[in-house]
Amino acid sequence: MKLVSAVIKPFKLDDVRERLSDIGITGITVVEVKGFGRQKGHTELYRGAEYVVDFLPKIKLEIAVDDSLLEQTIEAITSAAKTGKIGDGKIFVYDLQHVVRIRTGETGAEAL
Amino acid sequence: MDDIIQLAYALDTFYFLMSGALVMWMAAGFSMLEAGLVRSKNTVEILTKNIALFAIASIMYLLMGYGIMYPADGNGVIPYPDLSFMFGGDNETADVLASNGETYYSGMSDFFFQVVFVATAMSIVSGAVAERMKLWAFLAFTVVMTGLIYPLQGYWKWGGGFLDAAGFNDFAGSGVVHLCGASAALAGVLLLGARKGKYGDDGSIRAIPGANMPLATLGTFILWLGWFGFNGGSELKLSNIEEANAVALIFVNTNAAAAGGVVAALLAARAIFGKADLTMTLNGALAGLVAITAEPLAPSPIWATIVGMMGGVIVVFAILGLDKLKIDDPVGAISVHGVVGVWGLLAVPMSNSEATFGAQLLGLVVIFAWTFSASFATWFIIKKLFGIRVSEEEEYNGVDLSECGMEAYPEFTGGRSPGM
Repeated sequence: MKLVSAVIKPFKLDDVRERLSDIGITGITVVEVKGFGRQKGHTELYRGAEYVVDFLPKIKLEIAVDDSLLEQTIEAITSAAKTGKIGDGKIFVYDLQHVVRIRTGETGAEAL
Repeated sequence: MDDIIQLAYALDTFYFLMSGALVMWMAAGFSMLEAGLVRSKNTVEILTKNIALFAIASIMYLLMGYGIMYPADGNGVIPYPDLSFMFGGDNETADVLASNGETYYSGMSDFFFQVVFVATAMSIVSGAVAERMKLWAFLAFTVVMTGLIYPLQGYWKWGGGFLDAAGFNDFAGSGVVHLCGASAALAGVLLLGARKGKYGDDGSIRAIPGANMPLATLGTFILWLGWFGFNGGSELKLSNIEEANAVALIFVNTNAAAAGGVVAALLAARAIFGKADLTMTLNGALAGLVAITAEPLAPSPIWATIVGMMGGVIVVFAILGLDKLKIDDPVGAISVHGVVGVWGLLAVPMSNSEATFGAQLLGLVVIFAWTFSASFATWFIIKKLFGIRVSEEEEYNGVDLSECGMEAYPEFTGGRSPGM
């Protein structure tokens, strides 16, 4: 099992969610984060004083998947979240050791 | 004939009361404007300051301020205060009828109209010292300002003192209220110092954006509305054709000046920064209003618009200028009320032929000198006795926690998670 963690642009969330749903993924966790990679920030103005906004708002998704779905998941996220412009984000894949469904106590692949 | 006198008295009294109520509403305007322009961690404190100062002003003015500002007698510089107001009393019907129109409003209504002006002057100070002053130091200052400092200079002009005798013109208070408040604010800010991190050692100016633009805008609109009472009520009479026309013109000119201020500030910000700046635009509206406050009756509506526009341009440059001088004023109060207050006073002779630049200059210098020095002394004493500034750590955590023990937006600033 793998944990796919993807940082994407916030306005792409709906597109990504739809694509994931198309390939059969039914559970995602979403968290609002801030960050920058090579995109860097932008400057804003307030009463004549400039200030740099370094950390840009992003969305991080976490999806637990069976190994068999990993490739499609990555492809789905990539194609839906891509704009071609700098700041599109990154996908990280972790090995997932153990999964438990709280309501029923199921573990492993059945809990995904 | 008696019936007419009764009716006119009632109407003029009513007018005073309603105008006073509109000016009271400006306290809500200041509260919202300031709450919107400070950071969320400092919001509760500034709201507490605003409601408390209004209450303290109401009481101090009732106890002694009104008696100092409108004494039964005085030598022009020193009033011989009449401190009996707090015990009540008003005009007897028979006396009113016998006065043949000279006594045309309730004494109580005059107090009510005046007390809301003190509160306005005092609330100018709260914005300038925001985000780093101790709450109780501010309230201590409020007692002195509303009980003595404001009333004395008010006496010199509106109470019939020497400034009035010298021909100084200030219809609704560009000097007596706005410049006075700004002078007290400046004295406080100089002793207080800038917010931590506002100015860099290399001369850079760091932006500290306000938390709530909708509140700031709402506050400005509320002040705009209240100003119709501020200027309109200062005509002091409504109940005949000439007076009614005058009041109507004052309303129109007040609105025109505010509008001029908005447009001018908006364009100035666009020209200087390349983008519209809402906070400058809001300050522009207030600048226009302050500018016309010294003389909202004499100008034509188009001239009132221009006076307001000049105020709008001046305020933008004043705000930038104060920052360059490292005088930290989070809401632009000193610029709006002080710098533009001066413009408002000096503009009077341009439309009012009875005014002279000399008398205007005398008035503004006296008001500034008295208010600034008396305020400076008061702040200095408070500073020596109790300190006026919160500690660096308290400033970092926000004065809401250190002075009030409470957060303005607990669900959004981490104090308490939503859903519980």
